[in-house]
Amino acid sequence: MIIDIEKFIRQERPFWTELERMVGRFDGASRKAPTFDEAQRLHYLYERTAADLGRLTTFASEPELTRYLESLMAKAYAELHETRTTTARWKLIGWFFQTFPQTVRRNIGALWLSIGITIVGALFGGAAVALDPDAKPVLMPFPHLLQDPAKRVAEEEQSRGTQMDGAKTGFSAELMTHNTKVSILTMSLGMAWAVGSVVLLFYNGVILGAVIVDYVLAGQTKFLAGWLLPHGSVEIPAILLAGQAGLMLGSAVIGWRDRRGLRSRLRALAPDLVTLIGGVAVMLVWAGIIEAFFSQYHEPVLPYAVKIAFGLVQLVLLSVFLWRGGRKTSSPEAVE
Amino acid sequence: MTSGDQLLIATPEGICFSLKLAGPMVRLLAWLIDFLIVMASSLLIGLAFGVFGLLSPDVASAMGIVSLFVLQVGYGIGMEWSRQGQTFGKRAMGIRVVDASGLRLQLHQVVMRNLLRFVDSLPLFYLVGGIAMLLNRSLQRLGDLAANTVVVRVDRAPAPDLEQLFAGKFNSLRKHPHLVARLRQKVSAVEAATALQALLRRGELEDGPRVELFRELGEHFRAKVEFPPDTVEGIADEQYVRNVVDVLYRTTDQLGKRPARGVEPADQLPVGTTIL
Repeated sequence: MIIDIEKFIRQERPFWTELERMVGRFDGASRKAPTFDEAQRLHYLYERTAADLGRLTTFASEPELTRYLESLMAKAYAELHETRTTTARWKLIGWFFQTFPQTVRRNIGALWLSIGITIVGALFGGAAVALDPDAKPVLMPFPHLLQDPAKRVAEEEQSRGTQMDGAKTGFSAELMTHNTKVSILTMSLGMAWAVGSVVLLFYNGVILGAVIVDYVLAGQTKFLAGWLLPHGSVEIPAILLAGQAGLMLGSAVIGWRDRRGLRSRLRALAPDLVTLIGGVAVMLVWAGIIEAFFSQYHEPVLPYAVKIAFGLVQLVLLSVFLWRGGRKTSSPEAVE
Repeated sequence: MTSGDQLLIATPEGICFSLKLAGPMVRLLAWLIDFLIVMASSLLIGLAFGVFGLLSPDVASAMGIVSLFVLQVGYGIGMEWSRQGQTFGKRAMGIRVVDASGLRLQLHQVVMRNLLRFVDSLPLFYLVGGIAMLLNRSLQRLGDLAANTVVVRVDRAPAPDLEQLFAGKFNSLRKHPHLVARLRQKVSAVEAATALQALLRRGELEDGPRVELFRELGEHFRAKVEFPPDTVEGIADEQYVRNVVDVLYRTTDQLGKRPARGVEPADQLPVGTTIL
């Protein structure tokens, strides 16, 4: 039996047009929510179009018209069957101070692993510099770290913080963007069964350990703490959190002890990953400002005790924030 | 579920619809367009902050660095989120990003698929992403896989214009309604659609293959029902196929002025009512 295609189109087209217009309105940039009456009408039009598509594919073979109706159905289906929270209520403050720490705690195992890998790397880097000082150029690919620590300290103390004059804002922006890129890469490499994330965490640990041991052995511990703690107390945890995201992603790809399919695992994880990397970006903006405008000043301009105290207080506050933040909120909500 | 180059989505209403997946070449061209747009915008930003640098080189440099970073990372996110999964490049190539389950695209999905470009683009020219696409039935790069998205073609197929084909034409087959009825009974939906598509696309065919195609179609339909010789004598194969399609797709009610019997106004039809 052949469907009377012409009559079919003439009768049903007004409903398809109405559905198309309605879906276009709700799917637009404003993401306006439908009223109850609109939702009811949308549902009616959707069911009618679904019935039309069913009739068309059962009784006739009309590839062009079928494609049109399928495309319309796809849009309406997405509109009607979506049950995830929309972004309309998403608020930056609430997300950062509640959702972000909640997400960190919810996946705390990956954070401990991230810290562990970095510590192992730091031990390796520290041991390498202690046992073989000639390995410094290999372990620390940054020119300002390659010179003798005592010489660098003397130079920077003598310059009285003027070495970056006229370039601090640019330097700060460079730090923010570079570190954010590294963090995104650390997270993204989790797709390679977390191997890439582990390598980056270990490598960062190696550099950190090598620098610490180099300065400690040179008797410049106070300078190191005063230089590193103000920005490092935020920057290093940020990289560790990016590593946490990468390890979570890798774990979802591997699917160890998880019977869900890969798609389901990744689908469930994506909001947490975006929340983590968003929080990391905010932390790195702060760290960039501190490193350019505060860490570069040394004694006699700024006493090391003040810088160390600032760094330690910041570290404690960050720990408390991540440990206690958003505890009162009953329903954690990731970026949706 | 994926079938060939299509993503099939089954709805709870028992309807299955398909979305045509965008191939690697179309996506590459879309990316090239976006790349050129980002490059051109970067140049403009550089020029703008270069002028501003005359006043404050440090601040101009910082603003330039941050703006370029935001442009590079945020272009895809902002465009795909605000324009229903389409960047300018994707729009030009007629493709869009959609949720792999057919649901509405979420912000975290857009962010995720764009952030993972950092890995997909390694080591050069999206080699990792390209290999991942070729190994994946849904043509997903790593970013799509992580975000549970696919890139599909945006097809807007118009309904066949039957009026243009048949309006005002004499059809000798209609002189034999009983044979027409038998023909309608014997011809399947697929056969009818094949003949209709052949007529709609006749302009795309070379002369030789077109004559051959309509000869085969004519023979096929003649074998179904035999019309009296005086009705079909002297009619070219293509005209015969045209007449067959006309009687298959258009009822006699529609040719006359009177309305089809038993058909209610469209807005009074309940869902599921057949209009056959």
